[in-house]
Amino acid sequence: MAILNEDQVMLRDMAREWADNEAPVTAFRTLRNAGSPAGYDAAQWQAQAEMGWAGIVVPEAHGGAGMGYLSLGLVLEALGRNLGASPLAATAAATSALVLGGSDAQQAEWLPRIASGEIVATLAIDEGPIFAPEAIATRAADGKLSGTKRFVAEGDTAQLFIVAAADGLYLVRGDEGVARMHRAMVDHRSHADIVFEAAPADRLAGGGDGLLAQVADRAAAATAAEMLGLAEAAFEMTNDYLKTRVQFGQKLSSFQALQHRMAAWFTELQLMRSAVEGALEAIDAGRSDIDQAVSLAKAIASDTLHLSSREIVQLHGGIGMTDDHDAGFYLKRARVLETMWGNAAYHRERFARLNGY
Amino acid sequence: MATVVEPEIDALERFRAEARAWLAEHFPTALKGKDNALSALEGPTEQSPDEAAWQRAMGEKGWGVPTWPREYGGGGLSRAEARVLQEEMQRIGAWNPIGGMGVMMFGPTLLEYGSEEQKREHIPAIAKGEVRWCQGYSEPNAGSDLANLQAFAADAGDHYIVNGQKTWTSGGQWADKCFCLVRTDKTKKHEGISFVLIDMHAPGVEVRPIKLISGSSPFCETFFTDVKVPKADRVGAEGQGWTIGKRLLEHERSNLSGAGGGASRLFAGKPLGQMAKEYRGTDDRGRIADSDLRMRIVRHEMDLRAFALTLRRSALEAKSNQGPSAAASIMKNVGARITQTRAELAVETMGMQGLGWEGEGFSEAEIDQTRTWLWGKAVSIYGGSSEIQNNVIAKRILGMLDHQ
Repeated sequence: MAILNEDQVMLRDMAREWADNEAPVTAFRTLRNAGSPAGYDAAQWQAQAEMGWAGIVVPEAHGGAGMGYLSLGLVLEALGRNLGASPLAATAAATSALVLGGSDAQQAEWLPRIASGEIVATLAIDEGPIFAPEAIATRAADGKLSGTKRFVAEGDTAQLFIVAAADGLYLVRGDEGVARMHRAMVDHRSHADIVFEAAPADRLAGGGDGLLAQVADRAAAATAAEMLGLAEAAFEMTNDYLKTRVQFGQKLSSFQALQHRMAAWFTELQLMRSAVEGALEAIDAGRSDIDQAVSLAKAIASDTLHLSSREIVQLHGGIGMTDDHDAGFYLKRARVLETMWGNAAYHRERFARLNGY
Repeated sequence: MATVVEPEIDALERFRAEARAWLAEHFPTALKGKDNALSALEGPTEQSPDEAAWQRAMGEKGWGVPTWPREYGGGGLSRAEARVLQEEMQRIGAWNPIGGMGVMMFGPTLLEYGSEEQKREHIPAIAKGEVRWCQGYSEPNAGSDLANLQAFAADAGDHYIVNGQKTWTSGGQWADKCFCLVRTDKTKKHEGISFVLIDMHAPGVEVRPIKLISGSSPFCETFFTDVKVPKADRVGAEGQGWTIGKRLLEHERSNLSGAGGGASRLFAGKPLGQMAKEYRGTDDRGRIADSDLRMRIVRHEMDLRAFALTLRRSALEAKSNQGPSAAASIMKNVGARITQTRAELAVETMGMQGLGWEGEGFSEAEIDQTRTWLWGKAVSIYGGSSEIQNNVIAKRILGMLDHQ
């Protein structure tokens, strides 16, 4: 655990307690069983906003807490532990675009509404099934934007889209010139294809040429924090299970083959935590190597969550294959998060390029 | 908050200026970057006048063991000051000439468990680098299962008579003294073990170097035949050796894992990516030509960075009193994995040129790389093998159960 200040310790403890009491995995299961089209519980989102989470990365001048990405990560990790279905990650990623690239007027219009939880915002970057920010066909002209975005997180309900066009990022409201098609995904969260047809769009002029990359880095770092929560929870559930399950007259936990497997898994989790917290801290410090830190974090987070999601199923044996058990939820959410904002292969390639390999 | 912190920072900056001035005066610039990573293992080499002078200066200042108490010849520095000293040394390519097992393992343990007389006798000589110590722990049938050791110290009044065999005695052929676990009671397992100090020049001590696959002989078999050991040279009470011995192993592990500087070597030297470009060439986009090797180098490089971040996190957590860091216990295994992967990749990168044994046609760096690769196979075995570390992680940290 990174070194936290008093506010962050409070935030972490509150998030963990809230997630355990109000948003345990059973809450996600209920939502899944209900087939919620929104992909999240509106009352829960309001409760999260009231605790200030929607405004964690919104500057204080615009009604937020201005606490930064390590703080955001603490909350996303706590939510991720229980597969909390919250639009927080998507909203925070969109928020970063406004903070980095928005004009004073744009920030004044949108940031307070985000901080209060009044609206859900999201990024709309990809135009295919693979993260490819360098291949954008969407065009904007005369304040109208047209193009199709795929697999937009929280796309079913978002009231504000930050859309990547060939010449930069644009603000698009969710009402006019926007058609949404829900994509039913394995993780039962909200993902939608969005067709923008001459949708009124307002360009984010700040942040320079690298704005999209900067925003994507913040989205990836936030996702990695959520992944850390999933991976740790999967590990703890499995470790607890091995201590109770008896085979061959022994608790599974006493078998050396399983002990070494758990020790190896635990070891990878330690490296994952360091890499994820390292990226969040790099963003907060405004370091010049944020890109490298984020690619390191997302690649390692993807590999380690991949391992975690395989091990939770395998080590639970048959019970882990059943829908009644939670293990499958972790497996399914894991693959989606691994794929978002660049998978391990994408970030290794980028890391190689950044290092001149 | 700021008013509390600033005076400390001022004091540290004053210390930095002091350290910088002292180093400028005493570190011979000819020795810049000439540290030999394997010197503790490869035995004593002829010291140049510069090296001798540098060791003497650091020994007298106590900065070779910067955080040890000043009254026993240490530097008496705080951890923060020691870090500053380390930074200042790195800045000018200086290195610590005081090392070995006395510094890494025995000294810290004796400071904790030794009598006042023992500390006064042994610590200052370690701090000056004047006495070489070796470790008498492992035996042919008691390596990982250390509690099974058989070397026996028979009670002979004011002294013991020791008989038995030790093995994997690092640097035994060059050592002056040995800190040793011996059995003083055959009827008890753990409680029958005592921690004694044996003079390697005493009658009845014999060493036979063991040649390794790398061609070097850093280890010995050590034989004790009726060796007389005064009881005054027992550390702690009779039968308390297991507790003391375990504590010493903690120092060993933390040093091997890099907290003590071992891992910093991983970050030195030419980056693998650069090596691969030199040996393998580049493709038309300027990337390492062998794309599979390129991605494995990237995976390794990421592993290394995550390891560095974890070392840092672990140190910060320990300092900020957020409780014991789980990260510390995994460092040895990750450090070993990274060390070995790096060496394997380096050898592979060079092709046949990376597999030379000696003689013409191979550069010194290439031969070094071969030897480093072979020697590196030991890092997942010594100091508690990776399998033993996994047992420790599973049982002590994860609370997994004993087999019934």
